[in-house]
Amino acid sequence: MTAPATPRTLLDKLWTSHLVRELGEGVALIAIDRIFLHERTGSVALKSLKDTGRPVLDPSRVFCTMDHIVDTTPDRGDATRMPGGTAFIVETREAAQAAGIHLFDVRDPLQGIVHVISPELGIVLPGATVVCPDSHTCTQGAMGAFAWGIGSTEAEHALATGTLRVKRPKTMRVRFEGALPEGVTAKDMTLALIAAHGSVGGNGYAVEYAGPAVEALEIEARLTLCNMATEFSAVTGFIAPDAKTFEYLRGRAHAPVGAEWEQAVESWQALRSDDGAVFDKEIVIDVSNLSPMITWGTSPQHAVPIRASVPAQAESGTTAEAYSRALQYMDLKPGVPLESLKIDAAFIGSCTNSRLSDLRRAAHILRGRRVAAGVRAICVPGSMSVKKAAEAEGLDQVFRDAGFEWRESGCSMCFFAGGESFGKQERVVSSTNRNFESRQGPETRSHLASPETVAASAVVGHLVDFRRLTGEVI
Amino acid sequence: MEPFRFLRAVAAPILRANVDTDAIIPSREMKSVSKTGLVDGLFAGWRYTEIGGREPNPEFVLNQPAYAGTKILLGGENFGCGSSREHAVWALHEYGIRVVIAPSFSPIFRGNCVRNGIVPVTLPAESVAQLAEFIAPDPQARQIDVDLEACQVRAGVHVYSFELESEAREMLLEGLDGIDLTLKHRADIDAFVVRDRLQRPWIYSLVTPTNVEKPRA
Repeated sequence: MTAPATPRTLLDKLWTSHLVRELGEGVALIAIDRIFLHERTGSVALKSLKDTGRPVLDPSRVFCTMDHIVDTTPDRGDATRMPGGTAFIVETREAAQAAGIHLFDVRDPLQGIVHVISPELGIVLPGATVVCPDSHTCTQGAMGAFAWGIGSTEAEHALATGTLRVKRPKTMRVRFEGALPEGVTAKDMTLALIAAHGSVGGNGYAVEYAGPAVEALEIEARLTLCNMATEFSAVTGFIAPDAKTFEYLRGRAHAPVGAEWEQAVESWQALRSDDGAVFDKEIVIDVSNLSPMITWGTSPQHAVPIRASVPAQAESGTTAEAYSRALQYMDLKPGVPLESLKIDAAFIGSCTNSRLSDLRRAAHILRGRRVAAGVRAICVPGSMSVKKAAEAEGLDQVFRDAGFEWRESGCSMCFFAGGESFGKQERVVSSTNRNFESRQGPETRSHLASPETVAASAVVGHLVDFRRLTGEVI
Repeated sequence: MEPFRFLRAVAAPILRANVDTDAIIPSREMKSVSKTGLVDGLFAGWRYTEIGGREPNPEFVLNQPAYAGTKILLGGENFGCGSSREHAVWALHEYGIRVVIAPSFSPIFRGNCVRNGIVPVTLPAESVAQLAEFIAPDPQARQIDVDLEACQVRAGVHVYSFELESEAREMLLEGLDGIDLTLKHRADIDAFVVRDRLQRPWIYSLVTPTNVEKPRA
């Protein structure tokens, strides 16, 4: 008889299965299964690698997309509204072709935001290590992968060696207990977590999201939950894969097939933290009474329930200096109800909330309604596949009839790159992930929320609890 | 990468929390596929009087004569959060910054520093505040010492010890290239792949890329 094995966390299993060798003091050489690049930060990695004469070790496991500065207007080509953007697109294309890696080019019907298309095409798989020079790579942890954002130099390292030198993160489990109230979403869960534990609460940790409220989420919602692990300052976030994950992946373009699929699923069943596994930190959040959340300030931790008011400094979880700077930037005063704030624009898109289920839920609110006068409203599907599927259901018409612009896929106005932006001091309600100063345009004021909240606020012209429109019991 | 052992230099405080990489170098200032030519974009939103302009804003700390020659930044909590763009670190390095001292760093930014010869020093917020107080009366005369071999920051009579994992410390001290270091383990990497192909064949069975679109004329 062998002694019972020590219970292991999911991180333990992901780590051990990719351990090439220990490098000392908790640093190890970790095998990388999938590398994703985009034209903004991947281009410079490919170029630099080429300049040093080093080849890409295994091009078949490297993918590249054009998402960050590509235009999202119809009939787009290499020209960009962002000054100088064309060079990034052209040089990325040339470098990708020279390296022989997979490329989802500007006019490819499979093009889209990296963290939308990777699950959609079965590129990220449970138990895989996935890196991309993009901070929101943690999104892909929702598939049961160990996926994290890196810099361009580390991307070069991964491309050249198939490995990274990684300091082992501490382990944290965030258990979401209870059942989400109707209409409250994964976006609200992640904002509530960061509001309660701060924008550095996850620093140094790999966060496993678990508990009944997480198990109940569909895959697209899990991607939303994991997306903002980086706003929690975590190394990454992930969720143990389950039957929903396997069903989601079955038959996807790059997912395994036949006997390999059966073998993979059997192996993936073991990818969960064992009973009794010990974490360095545990957080429990009961979601039974969670509300739709909205940010009032300039950090994702500045989030409150939509029916709340701008908090006093003592309740804001922030220093006096940061608090007054945030209020000044956002043009707010303590005690002002968030729902009283008039908006100038509404944006639905980004790697956080641009998938088909997001668009369906927003369209449900927009159907038969019109965007308020003076509000600019934009919807940017996360991938061309999402766009096509939405159009097949007639969602594009719902958005257009309501007064939304309906775009080609890309990161678009989630951030300002020098091209398109929202105006100075304009107030924007946005389904994106960052409300930093000038994130969506110089001096633009961003309020982060779920697609439901964005759609409803666009209709009434001010921030609003969408349940006031849909008549759901609150 | 140039080795880093010891530095005595002018330090400048940018102590607000959550200084993100878009504040360090706005996306609009990343104008070419290059690791260089970024220095004019450093802190562009704060450093100049207008967006896109180059008229120095006299209010911004690095524009003040007292902070000329700054090589050490004192930062706030969650320094370098946001976008993973390494351009933030390249721009800092091009400006001459060799050390950032802050209570906490975004993990990606911290890793990018180590790979580009910038020492990320984590000290408690009170210590960073003390350092800021120390330099304030005369930043040119009251320079700060950063000793990476001893893992110490020294300012006048104050001595602060910091921790840095030996991997990062060695890379900075020796100016090592990570790829060169790792390729010494090429045999281990190859052996891993041989083993792993048997255990997880599906990871390696991707079709060869065929969907590369030709550029439009």
